[in-house]
Amino acid sequence: MAEKRATAQESQEQDAIFRGTGGGDATLKDKASVQGTPARLLPAFVLGEELADMADKDTRIVVMTADLASANRTRDFKLRHPGRFFDFGIAEKNMITAAAGMAAAGHIPYAATFASFSAILGAEQIRTDCAYPRMPVRIVGHHSGMSMGFYGTSHHALEDLAMMRTIADLTVVCAADANHLRAILRASLEQPGAMYIRLGRGRDPVVYPEVPPDFRFGNAATLREGRNLSIIATGSVLRATLDAAEQLAADGIAARVVDMHTIKPLDVDAIRRAAAETGAILTVEEHNITGGLGSAVADALVEMERVPFRKHGVPDEFVPVGPPAALYAKYRLDAPGIAAAAKELLASARK
Amino acid sequence: MIASAAPHGRNISADFLADRAKFVRLETLRLARICGAGHYSSTFSAAELFAALYYAHLRINPAEPKWPDRDRFILSKGHAAIGLYPILGDLGYFDPKLLDNYTKLGSPFGDHPDMKKIPGIDFSSGSLGHGLSIGLGMALAGRVQERNFRVYCMLGDGELAEGQIWEAAMAAGHFRLQGLVAIVDRNQLCIDGHTEEIMKVEPLEERFRSFGWDVQRIDGHDFTAILGALDRLKPAGEGRPQMIVADTIKGRGVARMELSLDWHVANLVGQDYDDAEAEIRAGLKPRIAAGASHG
Repeated sequence: MAEKRATAQESQEQDAIFRGTGGGDATLKDKASVQGTPARLLPAFVLGEELADMADKDTRIVVMTADLASANRTRDFKLRHPGRFFDFGIAEKNMITAAAGMAAAGHIPYAATFASFSAILGAEQIRTDCAYPRMPVRIVGHHSGMSMGFYGTSHHALEDLAMMRTIADLTVVCAADANHLRAILRASLEQPGAMYIRLGRGRDPVVYPEVPPDFRFGNAATLREGRNLSIIATGSVLRATLDAAEQLAADGIAARVVDMHTIKPLDVDAIRRAAAETGAILTVEEHNITGGLGSAVADALVEMERVPFRKHGVPDEFVPVGPPAALYAKYRLDAPGIAAAAKELLASARK
Repeated sequence: MIASAAPHGRNISADFLADRAKFVRLETLRLARICGAGHYSSTFSAAELFAALYYAHLRINPAEPKWPDRDRFILSKGHAAIGLYPILGDLGYFDPKLLDNYTKLGSPFGDHPDMKKIPGIDFSSGSLGHGLSIGLGMALAGRVQERNFRVYCMLGDGELAEGQIWEAAMAAGHFRLQGLVAIVDRNQLCIDGHTEEIMKVEPLEERFRSFGWDVQRIDGHDFTAILGALDRLKPAGEGRPQMIVADTIKGRGVARMELSLDWHVANLVGQDYDDAEAEIRAGLKPRIAAGASHG
């Protein structure tokens, strides 16, 4: 029964996110908390507000969305900078290419919509119009992975990292939580070329209690030290990965946790250190096991001394519908599942 | 000598423009021979439009290619770049001698234009259907920055089958971007046949008007008509985006190419090359049925 209740609550929460909680013209400042979590710690409530703060000081910034101003809270930007906000309606390809046109005229556009309809639907526009001409367009793909749960495969994005990381000159980065997103957005002003910023469902649990002051694209962050193995994770699964490391510690296994936020350019040195200093590597991602973080790390590892290595993610299949928490449990992307995967890696290494 | 009423104070004769259109066609022949293939016919249909825009109309400064207040030109039908490069060189955006290495390994000049390599190219193109969205974004930027430049976007008629064109057309009407000017090179053919047989694009005036655009329709090989349409354009600002449907003939200027499906990408060699060159030098011959085959 407890499980049933949790599922129902999960459904309501997800529905609220999809429709855009709050409604009306309430801004983040009006909204102290959402179901107990302070709004300032929820990525979904940070995007528009942080961009509006940045835009106060930087006139290059413009923001656009494709009929999802409530879901991604770019509405908060619109309220403060109405002349620099554009809603393109349900026309993502036009939005992304027009963003490139605005960038060519001197702007830094942030174009936000679901990951499924930015990275996947707009892949050619991102490659041809943003990345190749090195336009400083920031594509914000939110509700990535399977965080749209029971909305189904059309609304999932388990392929976006694979697609984006094969595009030359594109920065690909995953935000773990609200403060992480703030750091990414602030740093994005100085990063040359186009960028894909992957967000989770918008209410990802806290990984960074403060805005990480030393954030730099391409520099992985070590969130926990350990010597028995390294767990290299990105974005939405980082909280569960840290919790898994805690569970492993209780069993006497010291796991290093590396936030590989930037999938491209990849921090190869951090991978080399993980291999040399901890002797085993597990990658964790909310993404198809083909082509994402695990594949990127594997590409780097083939150039190095051989160490035990496993990729942990969603197998190469379309996932069933279900509430996100149920899907994370099914695919072992929750803390117990990640801890179990780490133990399996270490057991196979001992054979 | 017909003095054009070009808006930016230039006084360019129709004879001069006809000579520059001839130059576009001759250079297209020459450059295509370097790599052994070229989009002759798609370029020939646009030669008069290119000449009128660049020599008599656009507010540009070749000495300052990135001038923030310049008019922009987006060649959405990027495969006609072979005819645009010679004009940019002629105007001084770069040394025209650079074109002698057209398409050679490492050349800035490929079949489709690259804004990062070629001064004067306002945006890279090649993937059809994108250009109007680029122009839309630039026109929005002009509004945000309170600049009064116009953005001109040349579209092929075949590419009007791309869905993104209609996303952009809808948005331009919605945002009331009078500074966005689309010019359709209505040369009647796509690769596989006549547009109206492969994928019907007409009636263009009604379609674009219903999306909120002002539309003029002209003979795209007649300088008086082209300059007249350009002069009638309204300034950038809040209002209806502006469309010029230019009825043209794919392959215009070389009789064997006119409205022929065989010359979209081709290579003239030997006597054929010499004959085409002589025909272009002789100037356009009147065509009774010019541009009348639509409808």
